[in-house]
Amino acid sequence: MTLDALFILDALLAALLLMLAVAALHAHSLRQSIILFIVFGLVTALAWARLKAPDVALAEAAIGSGVAGALLLAAIRERRPGSKASTRQNRPAWQVLTVTYLVIGLTLTASWAFLDAQANQSGLRLGELVQAELANSGVSNPVTAVLLNFRAFDTLLELAVLFAALLGVLVLGPARPAPRGASPVVSHLVAWLTPLLIITAGYLLWVGAHAPGGAFQAGALLAAVGIIVRLSGSPNSGLPSGIWMRLMAVGGCGVFLFVGIASMGGDASLLQYPAGWASILILLIEVFATLSIAASLLLVYLGGQPAAWVSDKERGHA
Amino acid sequence: MIDLLASALIASGLFFYFAGTVGLLRLPDTLCRLHAVTKADNLGLGLLVFGLVLQLNDPLSMLKLLLIWILVLAASAAGGQLIARHVQHEKADPS
Repeated sequence: MTLDALFILDALLAALLLMLAVAALHAHSLRQSIILFIVFGLVTALAWARLKAPDVALAEAAIGSGVAGALLLAAIRERRPGSKASTRQNRPAWQVLTVTYLVIGLTLTASWAFLDAQANQSGLRLGELVQAELANSGVSNPVTAVLLNFRAFDTLLELAVLFAALLGVLVLGPARPAPRGASPVVSHLVAWLTPLLIITAGYLLWVGAHAPGGAFQAGALLAAVGIIVRLSGSPNSGLPSGIWMRLMAVGGCGVFLFVGIASMGGDASLLQYPAGWASILILLIEVFATLSIAASLLLVYLGGQPAAWVSDKERGHA
Repeated sequence: MIDLLASALIASGLFFYFAGTVGLLRLPDTLCRLHAVTKADNLGLGLLVFGLVLQLNDPLSMLKLLLIWILVLAASAAGGQLIARHVQHEKADPS
């Protein structure tokens, strides 16, 4: 192995990741742990980019670091004084630490085994199969081809899991009240950023067919728009109200399932798109999936039923 | 000639990053550190971007780099203001 600049960069990234993980576990306060965790997510995204997995890098930066970070920060702000979580000593118990270090060790061993398998070219390879069939998939980005065509069933189930999480959040009752008194600087920045971010989400959705991007990245970005809109003081985070909100939540799973069942018949099985229709069907599914993913992530951030869930008419009756 | 100019711009950009980092580590309180980081990083990134733009031929990529700089400027200015506001609040009402 030659010792070139990129190798040094990779070694630094790997060392930085381990150090950030250890620092996050041993931080003085929960807030510090969370901030270190967010930095950890960003460095992980860089590592994915270096591993030539830009799709995963985008998802990690948007979901693993951005939305999850916002979620954790909101959770720590919401802790009531005197509750169990805030009186507990901030450092994790030794059991937690032991398990975490065992998991880190396991991950390192697994990566070693993976590198070994790669070097020896052993094991089953699916990449070539995907490349061979890519022309039939309706898209030219192999990741989207796998997610929305070859293994569409898995993605459908993932959307179903997200939907189940959304239902769980709704059971928790009304959402936290929106923060008040946002500084005018924030409001202006948000007003300025929101259209840009929505355009970027649309771009990510569209470009997913032939380059890194897709429904999950676009949905996470849209959810991030909702989060900053809420932080600037809007109680609904820009969500529509009543029936539109419900349709947005159920659309991803619903349209996916509808397309899957509608394309059945004859000798075609579930989710076997008719020839020539794959492109347009995948785009249709992804548009609705993006909206549903955004709604789910945003609702998880809100932590309960947003005002938008109840339509104005229903509220009038209550 | 252009390469030389680009290298000079990038090198001075890196110098501002270095100065900003030293400021972040060495200055006594939050406001001073904020001053070091926001000023130095904005200018550092700007010089870096202009150095890189000089090396490109494709106007679209140039525009993208400039857009990144503008976005970072806006985010860093707003973030700096927010942190400063938080510090003021804590000073006024230490609880």
